[in-house]
Amino acid sequence: MANIPEDLHYSKDHEWIKVEGDIGTVGITDHAQHSLGDVVYVELPKVGDRFTSHEAFGSVESVKAVSELFCPVAGEVTEVNETLNDEPEKVNADPYGAAWMIKLRIDGGGEVDKLMNAAEYEDYIKAEAD
Amino acid sequence: MTTPKATTHVTQNEALIFERSQTGRCGYRLPALDVDETPIDELIPSNLRRDDDLAGVPEVSEPDVVRHFTRISTWNYNIDLGMYPLGSCTMKYNSRLNERVARIAGFANLHPLASERDAQGALEVIYELQQHLAEITGLPGISLQPAAGAHGEMTGVMIIRAYLDARDGEASSKRRVMLIPDSAHGTNPASAHLSGFTVKTVRSTPEGQTDLDALRDLCSAGDVAGLMLTNPNTVGLFEKNIREICRIVHDAGGLVYMDGANMNALVGWARPGDMGVDVIHLNLHKTFSTPHGGGGPGSGPCCCTKELEPFLPVPRVVRGGDGFKVDYDQPESIGRVKAFYGNFGMHLRALAYILTHGRDGLREATEAAVLNARVIAEGLTSDYERPFSDPPMHEVVFTDKRQGRKGVNTLDIAKRLIDYGFHPMTIYFPLIVQGAMLIEPTESVGRQEIQQFVEAMRAIAREAQEDPELVRTAPHTTKIGRLDEAAAARKPILRWKPEEKSATA
Repeated sequence: MANIPEDLHYSKDHEWIKVEGDIGTVGITDHAQHSLGDVVYVELPKVGDRFTSHEAFGSVESVKAVSELFCPVAGEVTEVNETLNDEPEKVNADPYGAAWMIKLRIDGGGEVDKLMNAAEYEDYIKAEAD
Repeated sequence: MTTPKATTHVTQNEALIFERSQTGRCGYRLPALDVDETPIDELIPSNLRRDDDLAGVPEVSEPDVVRHFTRISTWNYNIDLGMYPLGSCTMKYNSRLNERVARIAGFANLHPLASERDAQGALEVIYELQQHLAEITGLPGISLQPAAGAHGEMTGVMIIRAYLDARDGEASSKRRVMLIPDSAHGTNPASAHLSGFTVKTVRSTPEGQTDLDALRDLCSAGDVAGLMLTNPNTVGLFEKNIREICRIVHDAGGLVYMDGANMNALVGWARPGDMGVDVIHLNLHKTFSTPHGGGGPGSGPCCCTKELEPFLPVPRVVRGGDGFKVDYDQPESIGRVKAFYGNFGMHLRALAYILTHGRDGLREATEAAVLNARVIAEGLTSDYERPFSDPPMHEVVFTDKRQGRKGVNTLDIAKRLIDYGFHPMTIYFPLIVQGAMLIEPTESVGRQEIQQFVEAMRAIAREAQEDPELVRTAPHTTKIGRLDEAAAARKPILRWKPEEKSATA
């Protein structure tokens, strides 16, 4: 069973976001890393780049395929996890911790409230599997 | 007491040629010098010479070299050894006759700069092939220049852009969206992007067909330049609504590009031109039996409607005077996309293939390719999950859903197939199918080999239930077992280094 922490918000594209004030930390879920398989490369944006919700902000390459990373909410990138350049394997080992990908200054507009909570995300991935 | 083991020999692993090097060993003996020796400084200035006595170049004898490469060659899997069921790749047999034709001295030794007059035979071959491909696709405009599938795709997309610029003038700059189904080959978005288009994705229905409502919706914005569609699509299904799809795109002012990678399911039976397609590329190295893999080289002709013909690359090979000529006078052309006339050796092979088969033979080949895929679909449905129930065309997709319950995934099944002597199928593509295994047998396999393949796959399905660990750790019969593909991608070792240096590096 996938690990789904209670304190995060989840998108249908399998990204999580942790909100602290107006800053959101974004990564991919445990379920996503498990489906991708061994991650071998992570491509991330630059600080200052802006993204709308559902816009691709980077990509993650596993031994199976290259998949896009989608921004769960609109905002401006304030920080990028550069350590993933050399250690993409962290995405598999610690998707909610060491493998956070970007930090965003979240635009207003209440997009965070439209995301799923842990229980809803669990139902969502169960439904997807059927 | 253990039995003493002799030093292993050639049935075991083979060292790299660098590791076989012995100081002073060489493969030649020069005769004694019978003229006065000239000091080397008078011939080559010292600043242009190496001073390390070719350090690092392996010192080996002629038999060392011959045996080394012969041994390695016997480990290779190739199309002459057995079936190669890579989906969407059409790995069919490359006949000896095609190779013989390509080696006819008058063709093989012809200089690419030979004059039109001296190259009439070669130009006739190009012209003839153009005529045949135009008839097969139902699209009269054709260029054989593109060197591979993705190159033909990009040529096609550039033609679409040039046509829209000519048709719409300034307003053309507002049409910069290329629609691509989510099941497409990855090269489609790349070709569109390189040609200055923004890609929007058209989703597929649960039945594996292009979603018409989603297509209509995307077309309503008025910014659509075209649609790039593969038919049969990459889940192996014929796009039943192809006429309606073309109508929707045309009504919105766009053009339809068809990726011809899967033409092996259509040749002799259905023509993209009749379906409403405006431009297509063909892969001679798939559908028309020219070598595929190992550098080919490939060949990706681009075929289009009469309307798009003025935009094809130059030079065009046309009829003229008493024979054939090279025509540069095409003012609306997108220009040259490849040196000379494309990969001419492939044109010869493809023409030989077409003429050997003839109309009936090509139809039969298509029939056999589809039949073989359906025999596999039928044979494996009891053991593997098939996400789409419609009868497949030339390829069929399965998933690892049932085996996944035992912790066995698609990669494991592909690796285990190697133990049964088969080249694995395409895995994890198309991306819309979780854990995809895409199998395309082509017409080049007979019933016995298809049956063996089905039996091997069924045996693996049983193993996945009874002894999942056996499958998870496959392959077991190869010289090297399961490779750590993640480590190889994360920390690739790109060249051999002498041991003492790599130890300190």
